[in-house]
Amino acid sequence: MKCQKCQKQATFHITDLTGDDLLALHLCPDCAKQYLKTEDSPQEVPTMSGLLSQQLKPLEQAAEDLRELDSKECPICGISFFEFRQAGRLGCPHDYVFFGSELEPLLINVHGDNQHIGKQPKRGVRDTESQTELIRLRRQMKEVVEQEDYEKATELRDKIRKIEGEGQSGD
Amino acid sequence: MTLDEMAGRCGEWLKGCGPESDIVMSSRIRLARNLADYPFIRRCTDIDRANIESTVRERLNKDERLADLTFINVADLEVLDRQFLVERQLISREHANSDGARAVAIDQQERLSLMVNEEDHLRIQVMKSGLDLASAWDQINELDDRIESRLTYAFHPKLGYLTACPTNVGTGMRVSVLVHLPALVITQQIEKVFRSLQKINLVVRGLYGEGTQAMGDFYQVSNQITLGKSEQDLIEQVGDVIPVVIDYERKARDFLVNEKQNDLFDQVSRAYGTLQNAQQISSEETMFLLSRVRMGINLGLIGNLEIPEINQLFIHTQPAHLQKISRTELTTDQRNIERANYLHDQLKLDSGTDAEKN
Repeated sequence: MKCQKCQKQATFHITDLTGDDLLALHLCPDCAKQYLKTEDSPQEVPTMSGLLSQQLKPLEQAAEDLRELDSKECPICGISFFEFRQAGRLGCPHDYVFFGSELEPLLINVHGDNQHIGKQPKRGVRDTESQTELIRLRRQMKEVVEQEDYEKATELRDKIRKIEGEGQSGD
Repeated sequence: MTLDEMAGRCGEWLKGCGPESDIVMSSRIRLARNLADYPFIRRCTDIDRANIESTVRERLNKDERLADLTFINVADLEVLDRQFLVERQLISREHANSDGARAVAIDQQERLSLMVNEEDHLRIQVMKSGLDLASAWDQINELDDRIESRLTYAFHPKLGYLTACPTNVGTGMRVSVLVHLPALVITQQIEKVFRSLQKINLVVRGLYGEGTQAMGDFYQVSNQITLGKSEQDLIEQVGDVIPVVIDYERKARDFLVNEKQNDLFDQVSRAYGTLQNAQQISSEETMFLLSRVRMGINLGLIGNLEIPEINQLFIHTQPAHLQKISRTELTTDQRNIERANYLHDQLKLDSGTDAEKN
């Protein structure tokens, strides 16, 4: 069978139910694509960077403010707000606290809510501060090893082991 | 269990059993979890990633139930083997293509997979054949409890489970149902169905998740929101709408059977004939034609072929599977010939007697 719109082989057989009458169409892949496109395509799922730029629009007028916000860095993992904005991914659990006020409107925008009401860890929420402290200490450790400051490294290693040990004993 | 042993068979989610399995291929729930004492993946050093992997592996090994899982080091796998795991839906494309220490733990029946160092430290997934979200939740909830008793998750009292991307925070849960909707595609109503799903905050994707084209008329329907609703609410949000989608698809099939019988029979028979007799065939065309045949079986137009066999063909004719099964690396052109041969063999056998089959 030939395509109704051109002379190519028709491989798409479409029955259009959208109008009052049934419409049977026999089209080649190209024409079918074209035909189906005329139906308005579904809305794209909003992307993280899209949402962020929307949210930050008022700030763009005040370039100064945006620059300041962008340079804000998490003391635990070292990610800047600029990097988060670019990548759409956060650097560590503490970012949810550190960038809390910036993330709040974003969460409301995405989820329509900012309060978790589902499952909770069975053991109860443990001392998260000491857990994030581990992230910071390990980062410091890497830096001092790179600087070949082995005295400081030993000190950090002992601190890390101590906290890790406390975590284990809770098991 | 080795990958080669897996190649010849198929995961339980392809068994074609469970409620509504003529239209619903599988039900899937995944949970995103992170360890409290490591940065998220983006800020992880190579050492962090390696430590996360070994910690997860060691702790899971201490649990008598979880110790049975097969732990596969994804970083060490050949590209072909990684692609193979993607085709089986055991790992994501992102997990296959990223760098650094990463792994996946799977069970013998391929009902669960646990990706380590994907976008989050842990991505836990349970898959069921047919529409069966309730038991998928029971299983994944139990699994999550077991893991949580051995690892401390990043959790915030107000925001819930903390994830690398704020779009997953809260429950960290994605409920997703894979549906086969060929009649809605043929009658060109599929876009309309999608638009109404989007209005109620559901997302529609192709067979292999984010950004993939809908292959073989398969679509994944899943929740978009993860925060501010309980896990049960999210399961209901997806679970309640699927019967409506199923009903639309059935109505479209009835319409085709009643009003367009000749066209429908012609399309199904041609699809079956092409699959049986082609000398070379692409993956895309195979998916397209298998979809028609699958609907034909459900409508009783093809009698000597069963749904589980056709489900398996969808996976076994994909590039990595084809190469694993034939045990040779093949170029695209070679694959198209091999695929046609494979289909010819499989579909010829099926028209023979049961004795021939075995």
